[in-house]
Amino acid sequence: MRKILVPHPILTLFITLVWLLLANDFSAGHVVLGLILGIGIPQITSVYWPERPKIGAPLVIVEYVLVVLWDIIVSNVQVARLVLFHRGDALRSTFITVPLELTAPEAITTLAGTITMTPGTVSTDLSADGRALLVHCLDVDDPAGTVAQIKARYEARLKRIFE
Amino acid sequence: MPIVAEFLIAALIVVGAFFLLVGSFALAKLPDMMRRLHGPTKATTLGVGSILIASMAYAAVVRGTLSIHELLITLFLFLTAPVTAFMVAKAHILRDRRERAKLPPTGSEKGWATLDPSPGSTDELAGFERK
Amino acid sequence: MITLACQIALVAIGLSVVLNVYRIVAGPDVLDRILALDTMVINAIALIVVIAMLFEAPTYFEAALLFAMVGFLTTVSFCKYLLRGNVIE
Repeated sequence: MRKILVPHPILTLFITLVWLLLANDFSAGHVVLGLILGIGIPQITSVYWPERPKIGAPLVIVEYVLVVLWDIIVSNVQVARLVLFHRGDALRSTFITVPLELTAPEAITTLAGTITMTPGTVSTDLSADGRALLVHCLDVDDPAGTVAQIKARYEARLKRIFE
Repeated sequence: MPIVAEFLIAALIVVGAFFLLVGSFALAKLPDMMRRLHGPTKATTLGVGSILIASMAYAAVVRGTLSIHELLITLFLFLTAPVTAFMVAKAHILRDRRERAKLPPTGSEKGWATLDPSPGSTDELAGFERK
Repeated sequence: MITLACQIALVAIGLSVVLNVYRIVAGPDVLDRILALDTMVINAIALIVVIAMLFEAPTYFEAALLFAMVGFLTTVSFCKYLLRGNVIE
């Protein structure tokens, strides 16, 4: 019964929330309309979502979001300093390879997005077998240290969330 | 209106505008494509983010109404900025032969997904290289 | 004080748009121009939000949201075209 009515509970919640934000009105009428959309749309489109990611450890998710938000602020200040006070040619930018332990596509997507948003790194490409991520660093003096930091700070937490 | 709230909102607006300026400045100043990519993806998201937070706080404090739909734009930008950067970077390493020579190995027998010659795509690769 | 902050922000964002125009003109590659246009869209969103605050006109919100969506779609379809040779496969 639950599977038929709400095939994708997180999507239902998300659509309802987006509807409420779009309407910018949190009255009961809009909550009901949002719920109708939130239950109807996943049912119609559930054919396109054959596999659902397993998401666990809600506390780790909160921790992860806070860590990433903090890193975004720090990275902005760092990049602003590099851009304003260093010559462009003097930046030691290089490509590094980050070997992946994650296998879930959602987890790899989240990791790639996080890397792009955080200190001086942009994810560039994924290897054809999905085992390694190509990352470009703006200014780095210890490539191995950067790889270790990415793995410890983000990948370990994502592993606990998605697996 | 409390003076502290007013000061905080004004500070958020100015900080946001500063980061937007830094992002665009990085785009104009840095010497090559991959380095330029760092400026806009980071600085602009925080820039727009803090201006939108200021806008929400402004509605709450000055007009006394709850208006949090700016959160939607922030969320949308934070989800799409990495995708944009990823697509631009992929197109860049596909088109630029010199950049391709600099890439490190993947650590397995397969190559990078953008460049790995799958059946029928090698001609395409040559056609879209930067002249 | 907020009015002053908004005016400073308008000047700074205007300057950013000028820098984006410089990158669009200077190139050198088509991808630099795509990236500059994408940055310009983000600057435009910030401009709309600041103007909405300055004029106290909350209806500008929809314009900003539509700008964000259209900007993202154009950038991705440009890049997709460069990667694949067509947009819809």
